[in-house]
Amino acid sequence: MNETVPTSEEIDTLLAEYSHLEGPLLPILHAMQDSFGHIPEAAHRPIAEALNISRAELHGVISFYHDFRENPVGRHVLKICRAEACQAVGGTALAEATLAKLGLDWHGTTINGAVTVEPVYCLGLCACAPAAMLDDRVVGRVDNARMDTLLAEAGA
Amino acid sequence: MKIYVPMDSAAKALGAEDVAAAIRTEAKARGIEIELVRNGTRGMIWLEPLVEVEIDGVRHGYGPATVGDVADILAGDSAKALGPVEKLDWMKRQTRLTFARVGVINPLSLSDYEAHGGLAGLWRAIGMDGAGIVEEVTKSGLRGRGGAGFPTGIKWKTVHDAAGPQKYIVCNADEGDSGTFADRMIMEGDPFTLIEGMAIAGLGVGATKGYVYLRSEYPDAIRVMRRAVEIARGAGVLGADVLGSGRAFEMEIRVGAGAYVCGEETSLLNSLEGKRGVVRAKPPLPALEGFLGRPTVVNNVISLATVPVIFEKGAQYYADFGLGRSRGTVTLQIAGNVARGGLFETAFGISLGEVVNDLGSGTASGRPVKAVQVGGPLGAYIPVSNFDAPLGYEELDAKGGLLGHAGLVVFDDAADMLQMARFAMEFCAVESCGKCTPCRIGAVRGVETLDRIAEGDGAAIPLLTDLCETMKDGSLCALGGFTPLPVMSALTHFPNDFATQQEAAE
Repeated sequence: MNETVPTSEEIDTLLAEYSHLEGPLLPILHAMQDSFGHIPEAAHRPIAEALNISRAELHGVISFYHDFRENPVGRHVLKICRAEACQAVGGTALAEATLAKLGLDWHGTTINGAVTVEPVYCLGLCACAPAAMLDDRVVGRVDNARMDTLLAEAGA
Repeated sequence: MKIYVPMDSAAKALGAEDVAAAIRTEAKARGIEIELVRNGTRGMIWLEPLVEVEIDGVRHGYGPATVGDVADILAGDSAKALGPVEKLDWMKRQTRLTFARVGVINPLSLSDYEAHGGLAGLWRAIGMDGAGIVEEVTKSGLRGRGGAGFPTGIKWKTVHDAAGPQKYIVCNADEGDSGTFADRMIMEGDPFTLIEGMAIAGLGVGATKGYVYLRSEYPDAIRVMRRAVEIARGAGVLGADVLGSGRAFEMEIRVGAGAYVCGEETSLLNSLEGKRGVVRAKPPLPALEGFLGRPTVVNNVISLATVPVIFEKGAQYYADFGLGRSRGTVTLQIAGNVARGGLFETAFGISLGEVVNDLGSGTASGRPVKAVQVGGPLGAYIPVSNFDAPLGYEELDAKGGLLGHAGLVVFDDAADMLQMARFAMEFCAVESCGKCTPCRIGAVRGVETLDRIAEGDGAAIPLLTDLCETMKDGSLCALGGFTPLPVMSALTHFPNDFATQQEAAE
């Protein structure tokens, strides 16, 4: 994930790609975040104008969804599942130990900018819990040792 | 030599990619010609990664396989050998209708799909008119597998009879309930089944456009579904002229953005339209005023993925399975603290005890089972004393439970039910869309009240009960309305976990 400030050409290119869809806003926001790592403020006005909605409405949508970020995050995002099936096999202790080890709270980023840790409610890996996801890669039956390996890979 | 290694995300999460790579390397080193197929999972997650080697047309299993096992597996002499996969107890005892092809075929091979009965249902539907298609679904007794259990045929008929310049099929693939992964498994393991089901629904109700609203937490399922749609379009299964029928059906995969409440159908429709995922009041029903205000079928993945087999084998064949008003098969997802977790498809009516103790072989920790949460975060915690409950919509309801999407999360005796009740309230507070007060405020107050109980304030228990009543009666959707179910079931069945410290001291 890069965190460059997008140019207006880059924003317009993405808008042109998705604006014709029925209900284009979520696809646009996903495309922005995939390209820029977050939804840059510079994109707010062009999106609002392209879709003929107010910036307040746009802010309402961005802030409603857990996925969308208004600020840059770490180079990698580690999601740890907090849901019931993972709790049943020690997910809570794993999450707490991981956060303590990194000295972070949920949504925090390590000082070196390598990893942001976020909670997730279910990755559909409930029969091989506790589960985590490093960027797009899923990991099951995570214990402290496997978590350490993941964190090392991510450079935390 | 034909070898299968699943590409299902549960298998990947347990190391399937490394095993697949090791198999390629080892085969090359030994000079063995292999064809490596990346299938879906058979559903026996405790055996994943499950490597299958085809010998004389019979698939032999090895699992759970590690990179270190690969050499022995290729040599045909591994300690992980399980014998023919179809002969394993878990496989033999199932009635696989919806999941017949999952784990068997290459998910992205349309010819493999057709060789295993795929598209037969769509071909048959093409020979029928819309009313005939709807009638067939009605006769099958299929009910919404997302959790509500609403008869699918009635929903389709409403959309069929509604007038509108454009109708839609929307597939709810926002499988957010903990303990459920059937939707993910079928999208990763047999995506064409969902596509075929949606196309039949489109022909049935007169909709020419379909959307799958797929949660962002499933990146593998998103990739597989998107690719499958491209393949189906290329082969003329989707497009302006579905299989040469002269009728059109096109579809698109849309990705959610991490909001649990978007699994609620009206909130999903708002999200699909690009709005905040806030729940809409009903009426109007989505069947009449759904996506962009037009008549819309909103069905769960499993409901739509079951449609092809109903058309392939006939409505009566499907309806002959099950009990009472729960017809056909239920796709149980056995999860949490369980020795043998996975997906098991069987006729409705199997008892909870048989599923947990027999199929699941009890807990993974080896400790006694304390409770099973059935139906996701909004489902009840069921104690062992109610394990005789047969799994059917009405049957579980009579026991104060909710079948929901048929996910079962097993807990051992280390579980603190007060903390689980607190989590239910906390989750509701995090995920509430904010539209109605009992859910938005009530969930926050619920967390506080449970904290008071935990600190020894027994007087807060009646307050919690009252709050749950208010949330149940006063919330617009199932999030606020059913959060009281896990909370109250925990309180009712496990009062000792709620006993105040004073009481415990007395």
